[in-house]
Amino acid sequence: MRYLPLTDADRRAMLQAIGVGSLDSLYRDVPEGVRLKAPVELPRHMGELEVEREFQAFASGNLGTASVPSFLGAGAYRHHIPASVDHLIQRGEFLTSYTPYQPEVSQGTLQYLFEFQTQVALITGMEVANASMYDGASASAEAVAMANRVTQRKKAILSGGLHPHYREICVTRGRWGDFETVLAAPDPRGGEELASMIDDKTSCVVVASPSFFGHLRDYTALANACHAKGALLVVAVAEVVSLGLVKPPGEMGADIVAAEGQSIGIPLSFGGPYLGLFAAREKFVRQMPGRLCGETVDAEGRRGWVLTLSTREQHIRREKATSNICTNSSLCALAFTIHLSLLGEAGLTRLAALNHANAVELAERLAAVKGVEVLNKAFFNEVTLKLPRPAAEVVEALAARRILGGVPLSRFYPDSPALADLMLVAATEMNTQGEIEALAEALEEVL
Amino acid sequence: MDLSQDRKSRPTGAGGPRVPPTISGNRGLLIEEPLIFEQGQEGRTGVDLPEPRRRAERLGAMRRAGKIGLPGLSEPQVVRHYTRLSQKNYGIDSGLYPLGSCTMKHNPRLNEKVARLAGLADLHPLQPVSTVQGALALIDRLAHWLKTLTGMPAVALSPGAGAHGELCGMIAIRAALEARGERARRRVLVPESAHGTNPATGAECGFTIDPIPANARGRVDLAAFKQKLGPDVAALMVTNPNTCGLFEPDMVELAEHLHESGAYFYCDGANFNAIVGRVRPGDLGIDCMHINLHKTFSTPHGGGGPGSGPVVFSAALAPFAPLPWIVHGADGLRLVEHAEAAGAGSKPFGRLKGYHGQMGMFIRALAYMMSHGADGLAQVAADAVLNANYLLARLGDALTPAFAGPCMHEALFDDRFLKDSGVSTLDFAKAMIDEGFHPMTMYFPLVVHGALLMEPTETESKESLDQFIAVVRGLAERAKQPGAAEAFHGAPYFTPRRRLDETAAARKPELRWRPPQPASQAAE
Repeated sequence: MRYLPLTDADRRAMLQAIGVGSLDSLYRDVPEGVRLKAPVELPRHMGELEVEREFQAFASGNLGTASVPSFLGAGAYRHHIPASVDHLIQRGEFLTSYTPYQPEVSQGTLQYLFEFQTQVALITGMEVANASMYDGASASAEAVAMANRVTQRKKAILSGGLHPHYREICVTRGRWGDFETVLAAPDPRGGEELASMIDDKTSCVVVASPSFFGHLRDYTALANACHAKGALLVVAVAEVVSLGLVKPPGEMGADIVAAEGQSIGIPLSFGGPYLGLFAAREKFVRQMPGRLCGETVDAEGRRGWVLTLSTREQHIRREKATSNICTNSSLCALAFTIHLSLLGEAGLTRLAALNHANAVELAERLAAVKGVEVLNKAFFNEVTLKLPRPAAEVVEALAARRILGGVPLSRFYPDSPALADLMLVAATEMNTQGEIEALAEALEEVL
Repeated sequence: MDLSQDRKSRPTGAGGPRVPPTISGNRGLLIEEPLIFEQGQEGRTGVDLPEPRRRAERLGAMRRAGKIGLPGLSEPQVVRHYTRLSQKNYGIDSGLYPLGSCTMKHNPRLNEKVARLAGLADLHPLQPVSTVQGALALIDRLAHWLKTLTGMPAVALSPGAGAHGELCGMIAIRAALEARGERARRRVLVPESAHGTNPATGAECGFTIDPIPANARGRVDLAAFKQKLGPDVAALMVTNPNTCGLFEPDMVELAEHLHESGAYFYCDGANFNAIVGRVRPGDLGIDCMHINLHKTFSTPHGGGGPGSGPVVFSAALAPFAPLPWIVHGADGLRLVEHAEAAGAGSKPFGRLKGYHGQMGMFIRALAYMMSHGADGLAQVAADAVLNANYLLARLGDALTPAFAGPCMHEALFDDRFLKDSGVSTLDFAKAMIDEGFHPMTMYFPLVVHGALLMEPTETESKESLDQFIAVVRGLAERAKQPGAAEAFHGAPYFTPRRRLDETAAARKPELRWRPPQPASQAAE
């Protein structure tokens, strides 16, 4: 078998060196009754070619976004990934290394994590960032848990403009982790007022920028309202490309930022693996979850990097740790940091501008379709449409015309008649004018 | 042709001149590489993007005012930067990586290839399910393999890593207890040898942690366990095979006692690699177990993730599994994404992760499983156990084994063999680096003094193990020589950096690059 180097002769020689007669005797601690006597009922081994055919068959059962016009967003966005990103992350020294516990043989990983942390802090406008989390959704829940630790309170207010999955995860973690979550109603028109909900038990308010429905709002006043009551403002960012053009959370007074980094360097891949970005004010650093990479010197006084502040972490603090996180999302962080290094200041700003220009064009063109209302005034690359009939049906009808036209809100809120006719549509640099026109024409047909 | 070339390039051999310092600080292939922030220039970029078509902006008053501060680099600079960084890393591709409990096995490149196929890598998680039937079939197939290999009736695939899987399993336990109206059961028993994520997870979902000691054979102390078991105990979390590399022989009995007392049995499946295809954890009586796809099923560790931590459940816990999951319907496969759609008997405890889990990891793990098949996976476990026992046997007289063998997939030693040498486990590990090996896991598990935990995995050849054994034996011999300690304290010598000052890093954390201050400000 191609991945197993031992030959039968090796195995015999090794058993002899060990001093046992058979492989079975190495399993002598396993009670006889639970040792399998025959292989489990699954297929036998396969060659590379056969396995490839199986996966080609799985792939051919799908309509990939690369093969048709796609306007899907809702927290996962299709962007172009430069060829060098995927090439570099597949270098074996990156791909096949572990968490950098032995810093002398992990300076590569540690240096890129240090650069990554710096980039995340810069684009979010925050002071410090960690070395990544699983995804933006779980990072939001970690942000709430951190706000609870910082404020010693146990009530989080979740905006109706927060991604529904981010909300659900916070609710789940609260329900089983003994903190309260207050859910503002879904906010498709972007007009909610949360300041009046804050009281002296509130640990944090969690909002999204842009909101799940696409709205851009300035949260500076909300941040002030939080701080006046001793609460923190957590800002979630589901589309990080926006930070190339839009005022960052740090400039609005955010205390913690939880973001989804997928848009920069990471393929859609049906929802994962993605990349949680996590940034905060420096004074809260000892309450942060996850790995942190820090600068230091080696025995010869040369600059180097190590994992640091590990006394927050589970492998040292066990049940008193700030989080149970061990493995995070390093390779995705590498893809992100390489792509962002390629973009640089000029590239990120240009990419964001392109996204916005395409989205403006999309919004204006679709607003001209009879029966369609665009609910957004200020937005980045995604808007909410109100349609004259249930959006789920429209999406199916568009898919039948080989257009992935949008995400119906009923996918997230199936029991809310008020949201049934709403659909999210996003445009990125990948969408051409022709695709926008094709969507508009198809919508005219199906509505 | 200049024949003198050959003579000139011949090494001068031992006793030659001391290695002179270089002008650049570089040492041949070890090149000093500045941060990207120290190389960037304004006006430079590594991407060419078109000018946006002119449109009136619709950002409201939300346009970013100042500069971001990102450096500009061209593509060749970026490629060289990350190539140089990669050369400062040790990976499985570089050599033996015996990091115990981490299962650093070969990562087949076929898995990388299929994860990148068009029709898989470019799927959006919220496409209409009618357009992703192949993806759902793939996930369903993975679920089938995992359930069959573990002998468990249900699986939740969404957790993002092992620790996330632990959270999933422990919340399910809490939900099940709550459904029974037993809110007072809040104590969770965790062996002292457990990975730190176990107690951290228990605490994160509202349980109190009660450690139980290991017995003299490195297993759960059955008597101590029975003594601690009571009506307030919610669960026992046991890693099996455990972190000492040993199979817990009393699993079935532990399960019986737990179930009799109304508690649940959480099994940490981090070490499933030792028994996959040979023992089904379901036959041991457990209620749930997370599986690290990045360990047993070879998805790359990637310098610390992404992982994937599916959790298998017994019939007792299955109704509480989190959203989402896949069901077979009349018109194909469907996704259940909401509690309302969950069907009778299901009481999902909520959602842990955005979308449907780590699809990219599912693909890689399934490709690995299908490559090996039922026959190959049983051989994987056997060879992993054989390789570890070979290390235990061949190193047993040079180091000090913590417990008598046979072991499972990893061999555990303590630091008695270094007694009075002045050399610590840490020193020994750093000396291994100079010999070209990644060190084993050190100082874990905590139940053994100065632990050295070695997991070679099944993808190492006998030749590779023999080289490793010769080096470790040589180092153990050297450590015992009078005056050897000093040389060990200085190791490693041949790495891009020597030992790093972790205390200084933690005392005054520098977690990001900052632009150098202008001289006038710096002087203030």
